[in-house]
Amino acid sequence: MNQLATRIEETFPGAFVKAAEWRGDVAVTVKREALHDVARFLRDDPSLLFDYIVHVSSVDWPDDEERFEVVYEVYSIRTRRRIRLKTRVPESDCIVDSLTDVWKGADFMEREVYDMMGIRFRNHPDLRRILMPDEYEEGYPLRKDFPLRGRGWRDTFDFLDEPAR
Amino acid sequence: MAQFEDQRTTVYKVDPEHPESESLPTLRTEELLLNMGPQHPSTHGVLKVILELEGERLVKSTPVMGFLHRGVEKLAEEGTYHQFIPHTDRLDYVCAMYNNFAYCRAVEKLMNITVPERAEYLRTIVAEIQRIIGHQFWLGTQALDIGAMTVFFYCFRDREILLDWFDELCGARLTTSWYRIGGVERDFTPSLFAKLKQFLDYFPPKIDEYVIFLEKNRIWLARTKGVAVISAEDALSFGLSGPTLRGSGVDYDLRKYEPYSAYPKCEFSVPVGKNGDTYDRYWIRVQELYESVKIIRQCLEQIQDGPIMADVPSVTLPPKERVFTNLESMIQQFKLFSQGFNAPPGEIYCGTEAHKGELGFYIVSTGGGKPYRLKIRAPSFIHMGAFDHMSKGYMIADAVTIFGTYDIVMGECDR
Repeated sequence: MNQLATRIEETFPGAFVKAAEWRGDVAVTVKREALHDVARFLRDDPSLLFDYIVHVSSVDWPDDEERFEVVYEVYSIRTRRRIRLKTRVPESDCIVDSLTDVWKGADFMEREVYDMMGIRFRNHPDLRRILMPDEYEEGYPLRKDFPLRGRGWRDTFDFLDEPAR
Repeated sequence: MAQFEDQRTTVYKVDPEHPESESLPTLRTEELLLNMGPQHPSTHGVLKVILELEGERLVKSTPVMGFLHRGVEKLAEEGTYHQFIPHTDRLDYVCAMYNNFAYCRAVEKLMNITVPERAEYLRTIVAEIQRIIGHQFWLGTQALDIGAMTVFFYCFRDREILLDWFDELCGARLTTSWYRIGGVERDFTPSLFAKLKQFLDYFPPKIDEYVIFLEKNRIWLARTKGVAVISAEDALSFGLSGPTLRGSGVDYDLRKYEPYSAYPKCEFSVPVGKNGDTYDRYWIRVQELYESVKIIRQCLEQIQDGPIMADVPSVTLPPKERVFTNLESMIQQFKLFSQGFNAPPGEIYCGTEAHKGELGFYIVSTGGGKPYRLKIRAPSFIHMGAFDHMSKGYMIADAVTIFGTYDIVMGECDR
């Protein structure tokens, strides 16, 4: 297993779920309760120093029990390494701890995840929709069950029974 | 300013021994809320910022985005990998080539494809031309926003030459779609090589001109030096990238530290700022213009003959001339576009150093011809996250400069 992943597993044995390395990318999945602690550890540990947040993303796996996946991609400027930190949440309780106090840039990126996927972030300072209108109530567009061709309101239009001649 | 503050404190305080002072005319000190944009010219018609003001000072700025949101990521998930290339053009429509490049690199990483050397050189040359175009566009419009009109005309005059060059290369000036997964769409003609060499001799003295115009301009210096300062630590924490990050003194350039394409074979330096202000970010972009010329020159010297597309028929498109003359090639192209190729299950992130910053693509594949999830790491969007932090305490007029300093394009920001 990758050295970084081993380090996380040793430090957080109860929270570690799995690690994968593919095409040179290291991805570590942790339990959501420990996400904040792991992130803080990644940033503050003198041998790691992941001080740069690259991006936050989310993936929807509708058939899985833990449906949503939150993905943080972070980078260490000093050691020039990358790591992908992931956690899974079920649909019934899709909320994770916000990492805005660890990396400030998480603010906008988490808002986007909330807006597009509907995953909420605990302790986020300003959790509002960011790309969709504030009053948008149609759901979360990047979920797999979001309709692709509108909500079908065109079908409710009244059409003339007979063409006007 | 000092006089104004003194006046305000003396008038605002009520002396308890002289209650009649309460009736003196007082200055209004409550905060004022101002909506800037989306109709403001500097906000491109698609960005609103709610500014909380105290006098003319910015107390809090809240960007309101989404006016241009087109659901590009959802579109990507509904089309094949090849079909998405033209969509990437529409992200940052000013610098389409870079988006094509970043996307193709990500898919190549997913498919584990090695691009032929000649194609890598061609890609690097075009990417650097695009960087020059991007920086010229930025410099021109930023100078215009601040009021220096001549630089705008000069930058756009020189940008035209390169846009015409793009036109000759791929038939389009803006939405280019020239990069392909595994290579490039077509090779340079001898005329393109000749024109490019001519441009490389023509351009550096023109950069000197832009610099002279601005460095001698006291207004430009006053409006950029010491404005929107961000420390290196904060810049990293906010995830800033490109010149916006390097302006704060962080030496981070993917072309250098995670080298790709033909960059490892070229010698160039990464300009880094000291003060983290708008001026430093301007200075870095200007220096990058010189560096881009250097890179293109080296590529032109080193480029050798060879194929321009990787030989992976199950993934890469056949050459256009064969598509029009050979039935099998036509079927192959049709199948690759309509059904896609079979990607292995897995997930990758691939960042590319675009002129704005790190443009990254995160792709999750579950196999099949379409990406299961595609997330774009758009530098413009992430830079907007630092807007409030960087604008606090500056004057309302500086808000325009601060948008400008990120080089935002809302198509990329909203996606």
